[in-house]
Amino acid sequence: MDVNAIFEALRPYLFPLLFAVVIVAVLPLVAGYIVLVERKVMADMQVRLGPMRVGPHGLLQPIADALKLLIKEDIIPESADKFIFWGAPLISVTCAMLALSALPIGPFFQIADLNVGLLFILGVSALGIFGIVLGGWASNSHYSLLGALRSAAQLVSYETSAGMAVVGALLLAGTLSTRGIVQTQSDVGAWFIFVAPIGFFIYLVASIAETNRAPFDMPEAESELVAGYMTEYSGFRWALYFLAEYTNMVVVASIATTLFLGGWTRPFANTSWLNILDYFPTLMMLGIAGYCFYRAPKQPVQVQKMFMAAVGLLCALVALILLVPLVAPADSLLASAKPGIHGAFWFLFKVASYIYVFMWLRFTFPRYRFDQLMKLGWQFLLPLSIVNVAGIAVALTLSRTLGWPRILCFLLTTILTLAAAAWLVRVSEKQPTGIAAEGEFGDA
Amino acid sequence: MLDSVTFYIFATLAVVSGILVVTRRNVVHSAIFLATALLATAGIFLTLHAEFLFIVQIIVYTGGITVLYVFVIMLVNLDVALHQVQFNRQWLVALLLTVVLGAQVVAALALSRGTLYNMPPAPVTQLEPNTEQVAWGLFHTYMLPFEVVSVLLLVAMIGAVVMSKKRV
Repeated sequence: MDVNAIFEALRPYLFPLLFAVVIVAVLPLVAGYIVLVERKVMADMQVRLGPMRVGPHGLLQPIADALKLLIKEDIIPESADKFIFWGAPLISVTCAMLALSALPIGPFFQIADLNVGLLFILGVSALGIFGIVLGGWASNSHYSLLGALRSAAQLVSYETSAGMAVVGALLLAGTLSTRGIVQTQSDVGAWFIFVAPIGFFIYLVASIAETNRAPFDMPEAESELVAGYMTEYSGFRWALYFLAEYTNMVVVASIATTLFLGGWTRPFANTSWLNILDYFPTLMMLGIAGYCFYRAPKQPVQVQKMFMAAVGLLCALVALILLVPLVAPADSLLASAKPGIHGAFWFLFKVASYIYVFMWLRFTFPRYRFDQLMKLGWQFLLPLSIVNVAGIAVALTLSRTLGWPRILCFLLTTILTLAAAAWLVRVSEKQPTGIAAEGEFGDA
Repeated sequence: MLDSVTFYIFATLAVVSGILVVTRRNVVHSAIFLATALLATAGIFLTLHAEFLFIVQIIVYTGGITVLYVFVIMLVNLDVALHQVQFNRQWLVALLLTVVLGAQVVAALALSRGTLYNMPPAPVTQLEPNTEQVAWGLFHTYMLPFEVVSVLLLVAMIGAVVMSKKRV
């Protein structure tokens, strides 16, 4: 076998491998900057400035944090189960990153378009529970164990609701392939959030609970459990858990984008008089670049001025890349790159918006108590999601076999599901509440 | 070539972790090896182009059942459990049963005169699209048995709820 034959045999693996390397290399950086954005958003909501010291506007803070964590002492507790303690964070990170492999970031940028794509993402990200549970157990500490137990209970509970919400959207799409789901939405001409708004709402709530974020961050309720399952972790292993957590945020946001928000398609993709929206990405990046240039002279130190200007230049460059396919002649190579580049932009834009909603909710709502959390999951979200799936199935049957207008069908089922939700709320209000009623796990 | 390599990797992983499940003294270690054994089995499904079975195996067995095992194990006091006798003295019966089972497998292979393991592999295109084929089988060809099994599982579920409830 000569070199060419080997190259030919490897050709189908080349691009997926390249994409995988890019994702694994870029993701820690992305996770770091999500942390920075979160701190900035939090500061903004609390009328503070947030990190401002490292780099202009704290832009280098994630890198400083990562360096600090890398060189920090890695402590393994004396009585810990060393092997599991060592391996548990790896399980979390691996599962979170594997889930990204089936997601279509733009029509060309996808590692694998599986026939069972969405199930694969759900299944692999569910394996991440192992990392949390085993890490909590291996630490051999009460805080960790309790945090891990809570976490496992919470994840198992909310996975059912999230799964049922996903089933609703899958019924509409008629396929499990992530690419097929996005394609269906653009063919139908409506994102599934408008067809099944309640399904989207259920997925939103369940995905917050699944990523262990406030107001459902019971596993690491610091006032009760110090830091939950990560209490005994330090240094790089702790950073791995953090990376897994933020990767999971990206994963659930990507699932929501693919399923409900039309994936990589532009808003109103089929309305030709709104094609002007194609210029929105360029204008947005130009706006950010302009702000950077405006702020650059106001930085206190010379280095920071230059850094701010460099960031502005980078944004302007991205704007240029986004603009070129639009102004290039229609049948040139550059113009054919438009779906790929703009698709990636819209996908990432939607994912970022979803994550922003996560942060917004985090700093708006107080934390739930554990029994309230379980009650919400099992007695409200799960029944509602089952009603939602049944409603969507009925609506589809009505419109397909009886030929009723689609809009009417889905309006009717949405109203009926809302009525069911109202009834569920009334029923749960009549029940005795509080810890005194049934102990920590509620009446489950 | 690649198919047999991946098959042997997954098969070895499954067998080795299967042995480790029953020989580890620490229950949590056993549970982890159970998870790897089940994952390796899922991998074998994947080499057979049964994508749907592959992912269902991961979701149901590894992500569902083993997680519940680990969940329950963590509530057990391991220091006490370590000092308890975990093996029944029934190795004679077990050996007998193993020999009988092994003899059956060998006999089946020998009597079939090679027809069992010399079967041509099914063309890959016939298994595509995998999810749709499974759905067609479950909800069309074998609709009644499938629904009967569902009802059976539902009965078991309700039974478990009733038994675990303190007051009915």
